[in-house]
Amino acid sequence: MSITIENINKNFGAYKALDNINLEVNSGELIALLGPSGCGKTSLLRIIGGLELADSGKLLFHGEDVEARNARERNVGFVFQHYALFRHMTVFENVAFGLRVKPRKERHNEAEIQRRVHELLNLVQLDWLSDRYPAQLSGGQRQRIALARALAVEPKILLLDEPFGALDAQVRKELRRWLRRLHDELHITSIFVTHDQEEALEVADRVVVMNKGKIEQVGTPDEVYAKPATPFVYQFIGNVNLFHSREHAAWTERHGDAVAYVRPHDIDISAVKQDETALPVEVKLVRAIGSIVRVEVSAFGSSEFIEIELSRERFDAAPLANGDKAYIRPRQFRVFDTGEKNELSAA
Amino acid sequence: MSQSTRIATHESRSVTLLFIGVALVYLLLFLGLPLFAVFYQALSKGWGLYWAALQEADALSAIKLTLIASGIAVPCNLVFGIAAAWAIAKFEFKGKSLLITLIDLPFAVSPVVSGLVYVLLFGAQGWFGHWLQAHDIKLLFAVPGIVLATIFVTFPFIARELIPLMQAQGKEEEEAAVSLGASGWQTFTRVTLPNVKWGLLYGVILCNARAMGEFGAVSVVSGHIRGMTNTMPLHVEILYNEYNFVAAFAVASLLALLAVVTLLVKSLIEWQARRSGEPLHHGA
Amino acid sequence: MARSAASSTRVFTRFRAHSVLPGFNLAMGFTLLYLSLIVLVPLSALFFKTANLGWGGFFAVLGNDRVLASLRVTFLTSLAAAVINAFFGLIVAWVLVRYRFPGKRIIDALVDLPFALPTAVAGITLATLYAPHGWIGQYFAAQGIKIAYTPLGIVVALTFIGLPFVVRTVQPVLEDVEAGVEEAAASLGAGRWDVFRRVIFPAIYPALLTGFSLAFARAIGEYGSVIFIAGNMPYISEISPLLIVSKLEQYDYAGATAIAVIMLLISFALLFSINALQWWTSRRGVR
Repeated sequence: MSITIENINKNFGAYKALDNINLEVNSGELIALLGPSGCGKTSLLRIIGGLELADSGKLLFHGEDVEARNARERNVGFVFQHYALFRHMTVFENVAFGLRVKPRKERHNEAEIQRRVHELLNLVQLDWLSDRYPAQLSGGQRQRIALARALAVEPKILLLDEPFGALDAQVRKELRRWLRRLHDELHITSIFVTHDQEEALEVADRVVVMNKGKIEQVGTPDEVYAKPATPFVYQFIGNVNLFHSREHAAWTERHGDAVAYVRPHDIDISAVKQDETALPVEVKLVRAIGSIVRVEVSAFGSSEFIEIELSRERFDAAPLANGDKAYIRPRQFRVFDTGEKNELSAA
Repeated sequence: MSQSTRIATHESRSVTLLFIGVALVYLLLFLGLPLFAVFYQALSKGWGLYWAALQEADALSAIKLTLIASGIAVPCNLVFGIAAAWAIAKFEFKGKSLLITLIDLPFAVSPVVSGLVYVLLFGAQGWFGHWLQAHDIKLLFAVPGIVLATIFVTFPFIARELIPLMQAQGKEEEEAAVSLGASGWQTFTRVTLPNVKWGLLYGVILCNARAMGEFGAVSVVSGHIRGMTNTMPLHVEILYNEYNFVAAFAVASLLALLAVVTLLVKSLIEWQARRSGEPLHHGA
Repeated sequence: MARSAASSTRVFTRFRAHSVLPGFNLAMGFTLLYLSLIVLVPLSALFFKTANLGWGGFFAVLGNDRVLASLRVTFLTSLAAAVINAFFGLIVAWVLVRYRFPGKRIIDALVDLPFALPTAVAGITLATLYAPHGWIGQYFAAQGIKIAYTPLGIVVALTFIGLPFVVRTVQPVLEDVEAGVEEAAASLGAGRWDVFRRVIFPAIYPALLTGFSLAFARAIGEYGSVIFIAGNMPYISEISPLLIVSKLEQYDYAGATAIAVIMLLISFALLFSINALQWWTSRRGVR
């Protein structure tokens, strides 16, 4: 089921949580809402789920206005940040809840409920826990039960609020892959909220980057990483070096106030001067991290660090040591006007 | 916290024993001994007199009236407590802290004053006094007045127990229930109520103990008509003032038994709640 | 139709934030109605009655020596009982939180007895125990000290009534004091008394003050447990609530109301300062 969001606004008092949001989510897509805390991503998710009301704007499911439908009638599965499992019910009863509260006419008989719940528990690979209580489960297990519970009512849309936020690093990684596989199996239109760029880039079909109540960019993981639309996206996703036009006019190709954004792996470093625009620097720190080597340099007379990433092979071909003199030159960058998001040019 | 593992933070043995000693003597002198004395005095002339005192007609009618008063007051305050806790804990609105303070109000009012306000309302010279007299309705110095005063005095108990409990639990579970298709009533009965059942039970038990034992407020509105408008505590007073100590303590022992049962149930509930992970609110 | 329903909810959001949970109007409506009928309207009757009295009448009642004496007795005995409870309550809370000893759980449960035991039962029992021939009173009588039927007896009853307040407010806060903080202080060379004075006490002080105020407020209004043990001698051991009752029995409604209003104002002032205290401590991040 597709979702259309048109001109949605939401204020909390004087605070603008959502500022004229427009978004189209295709049927069967897995979308990540990515942004720092307080950017409005959770508010947007709750509005889609019917847990909150927008101040203005339109929300359509498959072309149909659902604003008047409350959460109960939207047929949306919601997975809460802290899971919100019913603590006085067993795992089985948690998953069965949505089936048991259906109006009498639509309710399945007990045997059918049993069958469906066990099917779902098998799907999340936790059938052996069906008699336990939520307090007896690990974080990762709770998360999967919360998902099974949301899926029990056969939702057309699945919404997940920071689904991996409360888990430790190892479990996070596993669950991430698992969620992706599950989505590929079920193909439910899904939106999840996260502040972790790695999570968004690894799991989602498309990423919606949000900041201060506005959408900064919508695109595939590759697009938002390789072609950030705004300085914010550049800085929020991946590392970036900033070169101001005052000092690096040759790179910014412009004399006004502008800043060039350059990824660490888009900078060439060499002991010999590449061309006239190359910047002489001193190597401050060399650190090998797995398959990459991170080199921190600073321009002469400057205390600011510039970060460069090289593959290990490339580094080994022309090694550098702390204190060495070298020259750097960006291979690829993007220039933005300072204070404004307007893109000026791209190399 | 076991003492042996925290070497740097415990007192010397003599100080420890001194503290425990002082605490125990204080508690035994003020709590243990009085509790024991009630039963001792009640049975000081043997079981025969004890039973006779309890089976006397006035005692029985006092017991009956006490049961009626708390039987009405507790359910009323239960419904109120649940409604108030639902509104306060699950919704955001202006003036919430004022409302909480107003609910606390009866705690701050002397029981005697609680009774007095009903006298001012329904007494012969009160606001509704003439109207009530004209329609031959007797509230004061009758059962309805006793019930009203009991409701007033025990008004905040259940609400005060539920509000912090329900606030601590948040509303995510309720939101989850609604998003799974549960109606408001289903959400309330299947998710909210089971989550606060121990706290609720504790509130009811405490409210009931106070309702049955209320003295000052009921004393003012009752009129002390023997066999008619005397509750158990009032009956105890009358017997005591007549120097009928055995009978007074016999009836008092029933109330003391109620208190002991209340404390016992409270301990059980706390134990249960700790086991099921439901935090309980401590305090009056 | 659905549209207009949605927009009317939006207008309502100015009073309260939107929620998907139903039943707010019903619950809130019932709460306010019940609160008004049971508490607010009756209490307002008290103030209207006083207004009828006028300032002159009001002060005439309060200027009466017997009324003033009763207020003094009530206030002083309540204060004494609250001080006793603050001191011993702190020790009891400390012992219950910090030490292990046989029967601790029973003792812990027993602390709530004054909440559950009807005041009249407490009154006749304490009167019997502390009477000159009672189990406890006889030892004091031998020293020439009379407890029951004197202001001392009132203090005994009020101490009983207020006993759980300090223990129950201090206990949870004391449980929350991290052992790590104490160990840090000890490792910095502080002695046990220094640790208590400089680390533990500041943490539990607000709770102790709250417990003290609660015990004090409760004692001021107390009636049932006191009248049996007080002796009720005018000017000496007559408390204000009793004076209200005796004025009522003489159909002196105006006099009873005036005393009640004064007591109510004292209670409200205490309630207000307790709330302010709790607000202040929650802002400091100490419970």
